Amino acid sequence: MSLTSRDVEKIAHLARLGITDQEKPVYASSLSKIVEFVDQLARAETDGVTPMAHPLEGLTQRLRADEVSEGDDHEKFQRNAAAVQAGLYLVPKVIE
Amino acid sequence: MTWHARSIAELANALERRELSSVELTRHFLERIGALNGALNALITVTAERALAEAAVADRRRAAGERGPLLGIPLIHKDIFCTDGVRTSCGSRMLDNFVAPYDATVVARLKAAGAVMLGKANMDEFAMGSSNETSFYGPVHNPWDLDKVPGGSSGGSAAAVAARLAPFSTGTDTGGSIRQPAALSGITGIKPTYGRVSRYGMIAFASSLDQAGVFARSAADAAIALGAIAGFDPRDSTSVDVPVPDYAATLDGPLAGLRIGLVKEFSEALEPRNGALIAAALDVFRSLGAKTTTVSLPSLPLSVPTYYVVAPAECSSNLSRFDGVRFGYRCTDPKDLRDLYERSRGEGFGAEVKRRIMTGTYVLSAGYFDAYYLKAQKVRQLIAGEFGAAFQQVDLLIGPTTPTPAFGIGAKIDDPVTMYLNDIYTIGANLAGLPAISAPCGFVEGLPMGVQLIGPPFSEGRLLNAVHRYQLATDWHDRAAPGYA
Repeated sequence: MSLTSRDVEKIAHLARLGITDQEKPVYASSLSKIVEFVDQLARAETDGVTPMAHPLEGLTQRLRADEVSEGDDHEKFQRNAAAVQAGLYLVPKVIE
Repeated sequence: MTWHARSIAELANALERRELSSVELTRHFLERIGALNGALNALITVTAERALAEAAVADRRRAAGERGPLLGIPLIHKDIFCTDGVRTSCGSRMLDNFVAPYDATVVARLKAAGAVMLGKANMDEFAMGSSNETSFYGPVHNPWDLDKVPGGSSGGSAAAVAARLAPFSTGTDTGGSIRQPAALSGITGIKPTYGRVSRYGMIAFASSLDQAGVFARSAADAAIALGAIAGFDPRDSTSVDVPVPDYAATLDGPLAGLRIGLVKEFSEALEPRNGALIAAALDVFRSLGAKTTTVSLPSLPLSVPTYYVVAPAECSSNLSRFDGVRFGYRCTDPKDLRDLYERSRGEGFGAEVKRRIMTGTYVLSAGYFDAYYLKAQKVRQLIAGEFGAAFQQVDLLIGPTTPTPAFGIGAKIDDPVTMYLNDIYTIGANLAGLPAISAPCGFVEGLPMGVQLIGPPFSEGRLLNAVHRYQLATDWHDRAAPGYA
């Protein structure tokens, strides 16, 4: 199946990816090739097959005690942020 | 023999006999990096000062009576592993300014073992690529031919070991990203069982497939390095609590009676010169006492399309964390929150990463989920089941690592599907979570090729043993790229 620039626009919006008008037909073409390639999965006989989410299926997920295990490193972590004030991350105004 | 041509065991002995210090050894490798990395672009960051400080600590530990196979031995980490206080870029503009605030478990374990970090290796952006051409920091050049790719995504890690800039390096393998560059660069690379090595602090691409491993020149060196990073980690919820055997101790075991199955689907349509190398490797294994047979995994040819649904789906979810808010690239003057997200991600990610995020978003979107994602998970189950059945008949599976030797820089980058087919022989092991190893097995057009062995879960010791015996009987792994001996 072939994807259009309009489809790419919609997918990019869902993924919150800014792409330019020039890029849209380029992605439409390469994504169409990829989709066409993965379409061959349709020929596999998979009736009654359980989907495999994970190679360790069957092993139960470990639980840990609900105890604090990490220290407060927020200053160290926030050194990587573009804009911080009073220990909070700054973003453009959301509510007018 | 020059120090950079020695094995890890030889270097550890030399350190132990005080023939040289770790500081001297570290300086030797740093000088090599200084002289040779410019042409290779294998390292993104060189941590010279820190390396010399770590080497001095290793020397003091040894002087105090401590022993250890990696105490004072230099290495290079793939730039996907978080390193406390050192930039961790993942090959992306998105993380060009990111200084990791903690160590990945792989990094912490090697540090505890006394290994000395020389720097961080170049890689495909977010490990998405098979040629190391998608890196924000430019392509890595193959030491065997600087116009060729070293493979990817762990291309810098592979080129660095092939050029003898370090005795070993770390890598990650989601669809072949250790084995494929190991093969194209003429070295040994092992991807362990899913869950064998902690993924904590390893930047996620496709979480049900990602696994850390190592590059070295030989299986004997890889056994030492893997032993240091393998093991249970409570900080990774998919880490498996299975004891780690002493991989170095079982290297020498005889191969008499070992059942090796040639994968029928791998050997069909194989380029004749590649096929001849695999046949020759099988002859060596037979001469060592192994019994060989042919095994069929009929769903295996669907592994590449399965992977290119599952991996992008997981990537689109994992990479949603890069939003320009808490860390990573932020666009200038965002006009509102949506603009902040879209432009930070649009400008911070490269073309291949965006393509994979969009592929993943598409296959997970309403109306397509069942036809693509759910279908791929079912085919994945079929493939895993066929591997399981094969291991009822044989101990290990064998085949090529790659369809061709290293290709030219720029030759495949514009055609994603052609690029994806590079991983046709390696992806199956990731889908099934199995350990697999690639080792040098000869040359095509003067460029190195790899033979791949795949084993059942937690058979890393057996894989390393088989390759070690193969390497005692052959010398492909000892060949150095011209100019890098």
